[in-house]
Amino acid sequence: MYVLIAGGGKVGANVTRSLLRQNHEVTIVEQRPDRFRVLEEEFDYRVQRGDATELHVLERAGIGRPPDLLLAVTGDDEDNIVICEIAQKRYFVPKVIARVNDPRNQTHFDMLGVAPTVCATSSIMALIEHEVPESDIIRLLQLREDGLEIVEVPIGNDSPSSGKRIEQLKVPGGTLLISVAREGRSEIATGSTKLAPGDRVLAVLQPGCEDELRRVLLKH
Amino acid sequence: MKAIIIGCGRTGSSVAHHLHDAGWEVVVVDEDEEALSNLGTRWPGRFIVGHGLEINVLVESGIESAEAVVVSTDGDNTNIVIGLIAQRRFHVERVVVRVLDPARAGFFAERGLHTVCPTSIAIGALTEAALVSEMVSTEGASI
Repeated sequence: MYVLIAGGGKVGANVTRSLLRQNHEVTIVEQRPDRFRVLEEEFDYRVQRGDATELHVLERAGIGRPPDLLLAVTGDDEDNIVICEIAQKRYFVPKVIARVNDPRNQTHFDMLGVAPTVCATSSIMALIEHEVPESDIIRLLQLREDGLEIVEVPIGNDSPSSGKRIEQLKVPGGTLLISVAREGRSEIATGSTKLAPGDRVLAVLQPGCEDELRRVLLKH
Repeated sequence: MKAIIIGCGRTGSSVAHHLHDAGWEVVVVDEDEEALSNLGTRWPGRFIVGHGLEINVLVESGIESAEAVVVSTDGDNTNIVIGLIAQRRFHVERVVVRVLDPARAGFFAERGLHTVCPTSIAIGALTEAALVSEMVSTEGASI
């Protein structure tokens, strides 16, 4: 297939390299003179110099054919949006993929129908949340001889236990909620204690009860 | 009537003053605090420091109740995207966007965005002025 790539930074250059290795036809557009020279040494005639938001530059790069796919991977979100708009609406490029540099701009891409998008920051954040859940049980103390442990559970905004009284929760067997710390003060946990976001619940439990407690207090 | 001016350079600041003089309530937005000086020492309206692409900045400026939005930052593509947001997300009745590149101004005008292209205006005026002086000198020669 024929792929037009706007933006010859690390992303653009590496995608070009990979696509060429797969025997695809690629044209890459780069504006910065220094970067252009570096790319030209490697990719030769496949690099076009210019601002990929200018129609005549895109035309010189062959957007009129049109390409099967256009990648807008410059370091500027407004540029990427404008490139995709022009490609889709003026040259009827059947498929575009855009890079989102600042995740706060994702909403603009979505509203203007520029999709699919790729955002490195958002991908990394999603991985972090997967690998290191923000709110999870913190092990405070292991009472090895008694076979018990004491843990702290931070209640989050979206915890299923938030807004509920302890007596409404199905606290698993082998677990006892001890106290609830809120705004620097702790109270003994009773059935009528209502949990709220920001609360830190202290619990004592037998080994192996952690998952069940996590499910009841933290996860949907 | 309320107008939001995004981008407070030479153009934006002058438009702000003109609209204010015409009795409009004018809010000016620029990401550079220093740009306030372009409005002179006695700007009676509001001035907000922030980027026109940030939704909360636009909301703070009062875009939801504005009759007009004028976008004139120094970036064509920034202006186009802000203009599209004002039009499609906030449904502002009159959105005017400065775009220096005639080709892009033309394309987005076809797509329903009110673009003003200073380059095209200058090309027209300069060409016309040259043609007029040609006419004058031909007339002079014939006398």
